[in-house]
Amino acid sequence: MEWIAQISQYLLSGLANGSIYGLIGFGFTIIYNATGIINFAQGEFVMLGGMLTVFLLQLFPLPLVLCIGMAIGTTLIIGILFERLAIHPLKNASPITMVIITIGASILMRGLAMILWGKDTHPLPPFSGDEALALGKATIMPQHLWILGLTVLILILNRLFFHHTIYGKAMRACSVNPRAASLAGINVKTMVLLSFAISAALGALAGIIIAPLTMTSYDVGIMLGLKGFCAAIIGGMGSGMGALLGGIILGLLESLGAGLVSAGYKDAIAFVVLLVILFLRPGGLMGKGEMERV
Amino acid sequence: MTVAIILAISAPAIGAEDVKLGALFSVTGPPSFLGEPERNTAQMMVEKINKAGGVKGKKLELIVYDTQGDPTKANQAADRLIKEDKVVAIMGPSTTGETMAVIPLVEKAKIPLISCAAGIKITEPVKKWVFKTAQNDSLAVEKIFKHLKEKGVNKIAVLTVSDGFGASGREQLKLHAPKYGIEIVSDDTFGPKDTDMTPQLTKLRGSPAQAIICWGTNPGPAVVARNVKQLNLNIPLYMSHGVSSKKFIELAGPAAEGIILPSGKVLVADLLPQKDPQKKHLLSFISEYKARYKTEGDHFGGHAWDAVMLIKNAMEKAGFTPVAIRDGLEQTKNFSGIGGVFSFSPEDHAGLTAEAFVLVQVKNGRWSLVK
Repeated sequence: MEWIAQISQYLLSGLANGSIYGLIGFGFTIIYNATGIINFAQGEFVMLGGMLTVFLLQLFPLPLVLCIGMAIGTTLIIGILFERLAIHPLKNASPITMVIITIGASILMRGLAMILWGKDTHPLPPFSGDEALALGKATIMPQHLWILGLTVLILILNRLFFHHTIYGKAMRACSVNPRAASLAGINVKTMVLLSFAISAALGALAGIIIAPLTMTSYDVGIMLGLKGFCAAIIGGMGSGMGALLGGIILGLLESLGAGLVSAGYKDAIAFVVLLVILFLRPGGLMGKGEMERV
Repeated sequence: MTVAIILAISAPAIGAEDVKLGALFSVTGPPSFLGEPERNTAQMMVEKINKAGGVKGKKLELIVYDTQGDPTKANQAADRLIKEDKVVAIMGPSTTGETMAVIPLVEKAKIPLISCAAGIKITEPVKKWVFKTAQNDSLAVEKIFKHLKEKGVNKIAVLTVSDGFGASGREQLKLHAPKYGIEIVSDDTFGPKDTDMTPQLTKLRGSPAQAIICWGTNPGPAVVARNVKQLNLNIPLYMSHGVSSKKFIELAGPAAEGIILPSGKVLVADLLPQKDPQKKHLLSFISEYKARYKTEGDHFGGHAWDAVMLIKNAMEKAGFTPVAIRDGLEQTKNFSGIGGVFSFSPEDHAGLTAEAFVLVQVKNGRWSLVK
């Protein structure tokens, strides 16, 4: 029965890592929906969340929860500043220009973080102990439960926000057709700003909840941003649920690939499956296809 | 970005009589954890020598270029050191790849090079103008295998990082295992940026391995240590000298407990017996580095300490021309440095034995010597 234990461990590990990828991918979709651009600085929000928490904890003798709140708040402000200083002034720039600006911004943020906090890797204490829990024949860290729990919570909040509040509905309207939304009296610029604020905060949260497991450093954003981007693409750019699903698929593929085949090939396996999915469904698993783009 | 930057020119008054030493360190870029302490140490030691009156009355001038871990940049910077700065000897580069890119240049220009990288191919086969201070990976591997053999372990699992350091470690592990009657029953890798190694470790649970050897540099091995604890694998975990620093204990937390690894002596300098020939230098290096840079001196900085002091030693004995320095280096015998006791010869330009390493174990969140 050894293989059942092994498979269940692979599945659990994949699920937990996948949720993180999904959460980061989620941030990509929110900005994409509001502006049509892919924000390659999303990974840096993830880095900022983790690094700010580590350094707030060192600076002030405050409880972890407060530091986490402050780190998310600070990242949210950085997200707003980023939009105001780099995205907003470009009135009618093409999406490709804006995408390149986000890449530039990500390099800037990473560089500043390196100068400010150095190049070391930093640990963050786990939220509730580091005794592994046994789940059937597999083991899981309490931190994994936090990750899964917060991911579900964010999904629910997201659903409530985008479907049951006036701001959420306005943001969805912008994603369908910004011009029509603007004619209907929605301030599209405000919605863009709001989208940056929300995805910065979401990214920061993702960065904080994984830091106790994976540790954090100034350059974690590159890898995690890429994984989140993949998650968003598999799920269909623009679909929040899709990004989460995409993330979990990616996480499972990686962990099964590493476990059953070879760790050396796990990225290759994950990306081959990605390509197959995109060949079969170019719009992603939950994408709306291209018909809106007339 | 393409032009290497002059990071430091020490010695305020540069006279015509000064001796110019070149240094290539990856102060930035991925191997900055090597290059930064190396640059710091080299500067500190050159200043110290100058303050004490220089070498036979001549002041040293240190010219450092940042290679950013890039062999192409290392090659360009070496060219500049040789042709424009006209240095008499070069320290560094920090990594094996960069060193290999620089070797043809120094061999042609006949300038002695003391590499701070560990790769065995730097000095095997012996190149006339090339020496190195970092301990060969094979010495660390043999140190672990000797210990395993004493413990009666003959089946091991190997988990290495998929970069240059891990690949070299994996090669040496495979090469030396048969000599000690050890069989590698599982051989897997992880990416340098991977954040979860439970799949690799879960796979290993089904194997007959009696010990795991993990070869990598931070942060990967810390994740491995945490995952081993999470999965409750009840077999001993060994690491490489790549993580022999306080940082590793900080990163791995309680999961570091009990891990054994080979390390340069700098990590446990205060625990060494009084008769250890390196103890005096180790303690002075640690306290001077701490006083100046506010962080712990590590064995990476030690590679540069050894390079500077070996060159100084060679100049005192043989003279100040590149040829004299090279000959002086080759004649060095029983030189106690930070990385070990160096004895070079025409057949051996690495100069160290397995005595350069000690086995250390994490106990109660601190390093301790394994007897």
